[in-house]
Amino acid sequence: MDREILLGDEAIGLGAIHAGLSGVYGYPGTPSTEIFEFVERRTKKSGDVHAFWSTNEKVAYEEALGMSWAGKRALVCMKHVGLNVAADAFMNSAVTGTNGGLVLAVADDPGMHSSQNEQDSRYFAQFALIPCFEPRNQQECYDMMFEAFALSEELSVPVMIRMVTRIAHSRAGVETRGKLPQNELQPDKQIKKWTLLPVNARVQYKKLTEKQPELLRRAEDSRHNSLELRGRSGVIACGLAGNYLYENLESDHDYSVLSICQYPLPAGMVRSFVNHVDDLLILEDGYPLVESTVRGLFGLDNVRVTGRMTGEVPRTGELNPDIVREALGMEPLPTAYDPATEIANRPPALCKGCPHTDSFRALNEALNDFDNPQVFSDIGCYTLAALPPLEAVHSCVAMGASIGMAAGAAHAGYSPAVAAIGDSTFSHGGITPLLSAVQQNVNLNVLVVDNSTVGMTGAQRSMSTGPTLDQIILGTGISEDHFRIIEPTPRNHAQNVAVMREELAYNGPSVIVARRACIEALKTRSN
Amino acid sequence: MEKNIILAGVGGQGILSIAFVIDHAALDAGFQFKQAEVHGMAQRGGAVQSNLRYGDSVIWSDIIPIGKVDVVLSVEPLEVMRYRHYLRPGGWVVTSTTPYVNIPDYPETDSLLADLANLENIVMIDTAHFARAAGNLRAQNMVAIGAASPLLDFKVDRLLAFVEMLFARKGEKIVAVNQRAFRFGRAAGLFFRGLVDSGMPRMAALSLVGKLDPETIDEAHAGAWAEAIAGDEAKLKSVLAEEEAVPCDRAATFA
Repeated sequence: MDREILLGDEAIGLGAIHAGLSGVYGYPGTPSTEIFEFVERRTKKSGDVHAFWSTNEKVAYEEALGMSWAGKRALVCMKHVGLNVAADAFMNSAVTGTNGGLVLAVADDPGMHSSQNEQDSRYFAQFALIPCFEPRNQQECYDMMFEAFALSEELSVPVMIRMVTRIAHSRAGVETRGKLPQNELQPDKQIKKWTLLPVNARVQYKKLTEKQPELLRRAEDSRHNSLELRGRSGVIACGLAGNYLYENLESDHDYSVLSICQYPLPAGMVRSFVNHVDDLLILEDGYPLVESTVRGLFGLDNVRVTGRMTGEVPRTGELNPDIVREALGMEPLPTAYDPATEIANRPPALCKGCPHTDSFRALNEALNDFDNPQVFSDIGCYTLAALPPLEAVHSCVAMGASIGMAAGAAHAGYSPAVAAIGDSTFSHGGITPLLSAVQQNVNLNVLVVDNSTVGMTGAQRSMSTGPTLDQIILGTGISEDHFRIIEPTPRNHAQNVAVMREELAYNGPSVIVARRACIEALKTRSN
Repeated sequence: MEKNIILAGVGGQGILSIAFVIDHAALDAGFQFKQAEVHGMAQRGGAVQSNLRYGDSVIWSDIIPIGKVDVVLSVEPLEVMRYRHYLRPGGWVVTSTTPYVNIPDYPETDSLLADLANLENIVMIDTAHFARAAGNLRAQNMVAIGAASPLLDFKVDRLLAFVEMLFARKGEKIVAVNQRAFRFGRAAGLFFRGLVDSGMPRMAALSLVGKLDPETIDEAHAGAWAEAIAGDEAKLKSVLAEEEAVPCDRAATFA
């Protein structure tokens, strides 16, 4: 048996390959990116797994569903907020069901290391009525892929693997097995199953609900869920929380422990557990999903339930062993030193020589003529322009939201309504709001900072850069006179400011593309 | 046995290369290990760290609890301050003394180093100096892991083998530079500890180590140097005033 050093993300990727994967799909997003990248890298030589970044998560999900329809195994990976984008296809894929195994690996980011919220994807699994695995370590990341694909095919449901940053980006040695063959092409011609007209959808949805007792039985019998009855104080630990618990306990501890790593929540196990204990601490990374379910609206008779909702565990943020220690009422461990006070922060920043710096220096100057201007921004490296010294952008909400929000502000009479968006984010979520704004002749100014790559996540391929980007923008019907291209360099500063001023003065939709390649991507490419 | 290490530095300084070497050594030695790291937004010039744990029984948490850290290994002096309170009593700091200044409110270097010198167990090393001597300023991370290597549980030749594995793709010359940086770091770190154990103040030890010919540094001479300088600043100054790097076996010359 081989032992390989793998990130949690990479273990998901290798598990999928060894489970007979035929296609991997996704859009880059921390902390999920390395799943796709690993499969891409590992199967490059053999070329027998389709691995090409998608335009966005919805496209990725639909492509994966198509691969499943054709009878082959597909893995689709994204970060938690990416699943919001894919939600339409995702929810409905539970209703159609699958053919070839379909596994969704979604990486949540409790603590928001690199995200705009810390939503908990387990709710999405519950919402869609599908099973969910929550690996505790890198070995489980690998092993669970075999089970997830098999379960998906056996019961015709998509299966979610829910990860969090701390497992996605942590390495360990993983024991690997042999590679299963891929499925043959075997399309699913049950047309009513796949055509969710109301008359068919009602049938399919009923079938999905009828699968629930079986999914519950699988969770009750799962080797990933375990019940250990000892004393009258109990802890329910979900996913990684179990590690933080055992980190603090000696082997002769007196707690009863229910560990949960496979959902739906195994109600029978929870009942046995609750019947055994007098008080119950619930530990889960993310939202208090299990806690609110177990507690119900009115709490339990004779059992005191504590957790994030009662303040023993902080309501927000990532769990860690220290938080769990405190929740258990244990004294802190002795340390050599107290925390140092007032350490200078070292926030992330745009790289030296980054083209975005030149773009936003010019924009800041062009907007000097306006009182307290607003720039709606989007999600990418350029969001760092919100921080000093540039402080050039003033919102960041969702992929593509810069243009939609600028349009809404313009509808309300706000001027100048300026949006700033990167080339890849534009392809992901910016095309449709721009089309809308141009067709409505909204007075807004869009700055597309085209650095020809997905910078923040490590220089993946951008779908719409260079001439492709230009054609898409012109395709919205925008006036050619108000589609401008500039090169953001220190030398061109004055000229770029002048172009921006002209377009800010124009009453109608305008787009300026600031085009210069990412310096990090240039380094990577030259390697 | 269990060893818990926080690797600290600034995005781009090569923390993950240090982790690569230790991860592989741990796997090779048959240990359990976990190593959590930072990707994404924080890597853009921000403070980065990696929690690395290995041992001969199960490692539960990917994050090291406060009070269980054995070693803070930092490629940058300010970053030590962010994590020093994770150290268990008796835990060690191994740090570069070369500041990475990319923020306007970076503290004054002399007072920062003086604060570090007051920590109980510390190895201080001018990684920029030894990386340059080894042939490439970018090899500071390898100097740092070399300096920390006596506190780890691996044979030097195994660690050097994984340094080779890490850089093999970039050619023999880069491998040799990085292995040299590791050796310089290890020798300098041991020598520094030897001087301090023989009673030399840490800031004096730091400047003396920086004046010696890196190729010749050997902890065996630490006692002789401590005795020769014997707390006399004038004697230390006379060493530092030498035009050329001083061979490590010449302590007697300055007595």
